[in-house]
Amino acid sequence: MPQESAITPELKALVGKEFPPTTWEVTEGDIIRFAQAIEDPNPLWNDEKQARRSRYGGLIAPPTFLASLVNEEVTKLLFNMPTPLKRLLNGGNELEWYQPVRPGDRITVTEKVVNLREGQGTLGRMLFIITEVSYTNQLGEAVARGRNTFIRY
Amino acid sequence: MERQIFYEDVEAGQEVPPLVKHPTTRQLVKWAGASGDFYEIHYDKDFAQSQGLKGVIIHGWLVFSFLGQFLTGWVGEGGWIRKLGVSYRGMNYPGEDIILKGKITRKYAQDGEHLVELEVWAENPRGERTTPGRAVVALPSRKEPVGRTA
Repeated sequence: MPQESAITPELKALVGKEFPPTTWEVTEGDIIRFAQAIEDPNPLWNDEKQARRSRYGGLIAPPTFLASLVNEEVTKLLFNMPTPLKRLLNGGNELEWYQPVRPGDRITVTEKVVNLREGQGTLGRMLFIITEVSYTNQLGEAVARGRNTFIRY
Repeated sequence: MERQIFYEDVEAGQEVPPLVKHPTTRQLVKWAGASGDFYEIHYDKDFAQSQGLKGVIIHGWLVFSFLGQFLTGWVGEGGWIRKLGVSYRGMNYPGEDIILKGKITRKYAQDGEHLVELEVWAENPRGERTTPGRAVVALPSRKEPVGRTA
């Protein structure tokens, strides 16, 4: 019996929709705690004194610190999506960096759903939700951009 | 700081020295706190099993960050990551080593930068590539001094 598409008109309407951005204030403590969670001893993100002698002139965030700066509206959507496919997994992440994040930065995270796909795989029936995200600082400069794939199954 | 690697030191086909991480459930809790990702599949075994998983699994973004540590450690203070993209094809579990590996596929100069393209991946102890991906890093050149970044 043919299955109905998992991509209902209600879900389709989410593609391209602008969600309110989330802005995060970054502190030295946030950065150090993040480096400690990766268990990455690099002095650039652990030790202000040593980082001051580096070419950055001070502590910077590890590039993947952006993982902690999520768009809260999109996160809510992923968990509460109107679909019978109730389980959620991260399918993939891509980031492209233009400059490091530093303590005191205010990073605005703008994210939107750019595509929905459905498929059949080892997890059974799957719905792929693809988003694009941009990170800008308090000066309006581009810090990074990314692309995420989420799986509901 | 460790000895700096330069663009002239690398060639396509070379492998990057692997990094081995030993993630534990304790680390997953630290990561949940630092990243703000409190999804229960990463620390509540009963919940994870109710979702059809074998047990709690490692956050994809933590594996991504291990690859970040692997690459930033290799390029040193004079280098930087430009791009990293991965797909999560298999699960990684706490209590099992994760081995980060990479192989250089191309090197080229572009817009005044010396770039190196790599195939990168995270492997479990059974040699399965759970998280394959691609990366582009910038390395300093021996022909130009390392600049101070903006």
